[in-house]
Amino acid sequence: MPTLTHLDRLEAESLHIIREVAAECENPVMLYSVGKDSAVMLHLAMKAFYPSRPPFPLMHVDTTWKFREMIEFRDRKAAEMGMDLIVHINEDGVKDNIGPFSHGSAIHTDVMKTQALKQALDKYKFSAAFGGARRDEEKSRAKERIFSFRSAEHRWDPKRQRPEIWNLFNTRINQGESIRVFPLSNWTELDIWQYIRRENIEIVPLYFAAERPVVNWNGVDIMVDDDRMPEELAKTAVMKSVRFRTLGCYPLTGAVESTAATLDDIIQEMLLTTTSERQGRVIDVDQSASMEKKKQEGYF
Amino acid sequence: MRLTDDLIATDIAAYLEKHENKSLLRFITCGSVDDGKSTLIGRLLYDSKMIFEDQLASLEADSKKVGTQGENIDFALLVDGLAAEREQGITIDVAYRFFATDKRKFIVADTPGHEQYTRNMATGASTADVAILMIDARKGILTQTRRHAFITTLLGIRRLVLAVNKMDLVDYDETVFNDIVDDFYAFADELATDLEIQPIPMSALAGVNITNHSDETGWYEGPTLMDYLENVPVGDHRLNAAFRMPVQWVNRPNLDFRGFSGQIASGTVKPGDRVKSMPSGKQSTVERIVTADGDLSEAIAGQSVTLTLADEIDASRGDAIVTADDPTEVSDQFQVRVLWMNEAPLLPGRRYLLKIGAKTVTATVNAPKYGIDVNTLSDVPAKTLELNQIGVTTISLDQPITFDPYDINRNLGGFILIDRMSNDTVGLGLIDFALRRASNIHWQSMDVDRNALAEQKGQKPAVLWFTGLSGSGKSTIANALQKRLFALGKHTFSLDGDNVRHGLNRDLGFTDADRVENIRRVANVAKLMSDAGLITIVSFISPFRAERRMARNMMADGEFIEIHIDTPLDVAEQRDVKGLYKKARAGEIQNFTGISSPYEAPENPELRIDTVNRNPDDAAEEILDYLKEHGFLGA
Repeated sequence: MPTLTHLDRLEAESLHIIREVAAECENPVMLYSVGKDSAVMLHLAMKAFYPSRPPFPLMHVDTTWKFREMIEFRDRKAAEMGMDLIVHINEDGVKDNIGPFSHGSAIHTDVMKTQALKQALDKYKFSAAFGGARRDEEKSRAKERIFSFRSAEHRWDPKRQRPEIWNLFNTRINQGESIRVFPLSNWTELDIWQYIRRENIEIVPLYFAAERPVVNWNGVDIMVDDDRMPEELAKTAVMKSVRFRTLGCYPLTGAVESTAATLDDIIQEMLLTTTSERQGRVIDVDQSASMEKKKQEGYF
Repeated sequence: MRLTDDLIATDIAAYLEKHENKSLLRFITCGSVDDGKSTLIGRLLYDSKMIFEDQLASLEADSKKVGTQGENIDFALLVDGLAAEREQGITIDVAYRFFATDKRKFIVADTPGHEQYTRNMATGASTADVAILMIDARKGILTQTRRHAFITTLLGIRRLVLAVNKMDLVDYDETVFNDIVDDFYAFADELATDLEIQPIPMSALAGVNITNHSDETGWYEGPTLMDYLENVPVGDHRLNAAFRMPVQWVNRPNLDFRGFSGQIASGTVKPGDRVKSMPSGKQSTVERIVTADGDLSEAIAGQSVTLTLADEIDASRGDAIVTADDPTEVSDQFQVRVLWMNEAPLLPGRRYLLKIGAKTVTATVNAPKYGIDVNTLSDVPAKTLELNQIGVTTISLDQPITFDPYDINRNLGGFILIDRMSNDTVGLGLIDFALRRASNIHWQSMDVDRNALAEQKGQKPAVLWFTGLSGSGKSTIANALQKRLFALGKHTFSLDGDNVRHGLNRDLGFTDADRVENIRRVANVAKLMSDAGLITIVSFISPFRAERRMARNMMADGEFIEIHIDTPLDVAEQRDVKGLYKKARAGEIQNFTGISSPYEAPENPELRIDTVNRNPDDAAEEILDYLKEHGFLGA
């Protein structure tokens, strides 16, 4: 008789969650951020409906400051998988020239990510959106349900979470409300990497170490990805062997010095490291409960 | 523990191989407030080196700022992730944490101790294999300890750790420990016959008997908590049960493929196995077990797969594919145990949605037979179930479902109840057994009153009173609105001059006195219809405030919705669809509202519809939105 390893169990649970949304929610979408967790989530979606295709589109909220390699990867991957891809950009923010260098991480993230996401969900009237967040990432995530409800204003109310009993998910919503669904809730960072390794899932090369031009900005090494970086800052660039533990807007994503060029190297480095994954994200360090606050405001 | 595993540095591939084949244990910590649940988890994470340097730094900073342990690290802050929790120093919602040792991977749910957050505790318990029941050695067994022991066993957990914590505060006194353990055994005898209990004396704060034994408790010879967690069997009892798979999704990529996707709830399945689709009972044979990684020769409980069958039998989402040798039962009436999880108490006779497996049906929940006192586990009289109360009752469904009794198969015998108006998950339930059709319970135990009639229709009754000039568009908008309500499955009726004046009111003319009597009768009919649970649309000119007020006063509070179809006289006269204004101006019609009789516009209507700048469909949508927002349309 076959036995199930912990990865088999996690996979089966995620497939169940993804199918449940497709079966019960009126107009679902999968938020695809191009990162490793999104890669795993998309892979799981393809498995959940095989031999059919997932009955929902992918959507990427493009802040216009993502690494160029991410955008190339995104477009190629969606085409390969035969998935419809919606790209949403907050055009108001573009008009106002909002960017991390000129406006700082807080305003940039609010306008180009949080507001943009709300715009997109309203525009397409999505009733449920898959996200790749995991409970091991951060303290308020650890408290969030797999099916997480948002008011018509996209607010999360941590004090009013629905009970979630066994694997019976209540997907019903009132007019204007929506659900964020996190099929990777019970996965850890190590599970994600092991699964990528086991399933041969392709990820953006930025996760692997390579010689890249970096500058030190606000105490964090960031990569020079295009010529929008202020000249004064760009001038200070040096080549270093670096990689990224998470991917986002290039000015807001800290590089780590590394020579880990293979999956095994990365996993080894991660297991021996002594800082948590989100530390490379400039956005979280503003204040202690900042993720919870952002989520209440509608950040994923 | 992660840093002590030399393989990581020397042979990562070998390490990963070993890690991948580890088993997974899911457990919860529960018990009363301040018994040290969060502290214990913080300690487990810390002792198994699962805390990163940056997390430790922010923990130390937070401990000084808001901690409750003076200069020492407050481990509880590691798990209390919500701002409100950190401010109040309590756990509100369940937190999930992950760690691994050389032997196992663990998912631990830290659950809140306050009674008001019991539903969050149940959320954590429902997916756990083991429960660690924390007890403050100074306080012993409390009501909350008993409640949590009861709920964890109710939800199917059969392994309990009785963690007698804060032993440092009672000088590690063995007698204190033994007394508490004896107390608990006396209570637990009544809980479940197959319950396994492991008592451990400990101090989470001082780290005694968590990962290491301590001289302080030299008299204790049992396992440390970590020993226990690493070695307790996690064998999946579902594997040996009969094969069941609820159909989640019918997979039909093209005309040649028809598969049934679902997660196997229990048992195993192979191609060639005889199966039945329930509740229809149609038989077939499993042809293939399809996955993206290729067809399987066998699949087992817990796996998410897609089955194809040899025969074209009709199965859809909510049905279950089960072994033909030992199929599930089918019924529409049950005796159940219910844990109520909502601030609004159970309303006996009310219809709730019930979700079981992949099936959602409508259930009428009857008045409880009795409640269960968690302190004594004895029956207590109960007319309803309040928040966090547990009781035994009967339910009847609008259609038969397939099921196993909960004690035999928790995946096919457990359900949740959803309120159709608020969409909240209001209760969880366990099927004990099916009731015979002959003992039809539904109409015995409830009165068919106006609430029951409205409940049955899944809506709140309302009288939508359209008032406005002749030709203002009342009937057209009423018609557009009624079509929309009908399409939503709502039960409506429309009253207007055509169907009332020709019958019930054919003896009435258009004098002021007759107009008043006309409205009085119409209002009475509308009242009867709203007693029947209908949404009634009344379209009458109804020009006088006093009569509209009389109609309003007849209806139940909040059910009268005055809607002013506000069309200026000149616009209505210009439209003059029926040619009535022309005749009135020519003196051919007497007492014509707006021309020869006054129209008193409403001062505070619930809605005012301006018809000059919008079409009837938009007007109908606006009224529909109002009804939705105010909860008249239910779920």
